[in-house]
Amino acid sequence: MPNEEYLEGKYFIQGRDFVDAGIVSSEMKKYLKEKGIPEGIIRKVAVVTFEAEVNIISYAEQGTIKCYIEPDSVTIEARDIGVGIEDVELAQQEGYSTADDSIREMGFGAGMGLANIKNHSDEFEISSVPNEGTYLKSTIYLNGK
Amino acid sequence: MTLEQIKDLLDAKVVVGDNKLDLEITTAFGADLMSDVLAFARSGCLLVTGLSNPQAVRTAYALDIAAIMVCRGKSLTDKFIEIAKELGIPILWTEYIMFEVCGMLYREGMRGCIREVLVEDKKRAK
Repeated sequence: MPNEEYLEGKYFIQGRDFVDAGIVSSEMKKYLKEKGIPEGIIRKVAVVTFEAEVNIISYAEQGTIKCYIEPDSVTIEARDIGVGIEDVELAQQEGYSTADDSIREMGFGAGMGLANIKNHSDEFEISSVPNEGTYLKSTIYLNGK
Repeated sequence: MTLEQIKDLLDAKVVVGDNKLDLEITTAFGADLMSDVLAFARSGCLLVTGLSNPQAVRTAYALDIAAIMVCRGKSLTDKFIEIAKELGIPILWTEYIMFEVCGMLYREGMRGCIREVLVEDKKRAK
């Protein structure tokens, strides 16, 4: 877990709340703009957060997304209570999806989410316990790699 | 092209962003799947989509997309318009289908914000 000293925001997400999907990404983006984080970094954080948020809404009962701004990086930590993921390797493959119609109507559920988070991260970590929940951490460096 | 020229070309209505019609846009991305927009679209482009829900606006905001062109005459909810106003994303609306929208824009010189998704490069990068 990143150092609590750098915790800048904690957002609660209710599962199946499809109407508000993406709101945490928008709010976090506004906040990082105020903090003067470079635009390119903010875009990456906004994409990672959006995907993580959609995952929690789609598959979990509830969850939290935390944002840590450290001197050389921004870290997004998503943690949820829910069905979890049986095979995290398989779930990261593009196109693999267990989405239902309510997720697809929202414009998501194509099996791109975890792969997209990984592609936008400099460091990426995921672990899951079936029927308990999932933990995901994405770190984006402020000055490239 | 300016947003105003895009509006005229596509017989579009300006739903949000009357004051941003002089915005210059040179690239576009067309999709209904926001997963793909988040993965492949680039900042500053025009998003052509038939998805008129709050997630389309929030996706555009996440990526600094310049404006959204809703195609196929899709109905717009108050919530969609309200969020677009709040996030400052111009919304245009046209009855043309996505193919026609993209074709007309291309003929006028607009290009994709990316041209293709290079599957092999992506695999190598992993």
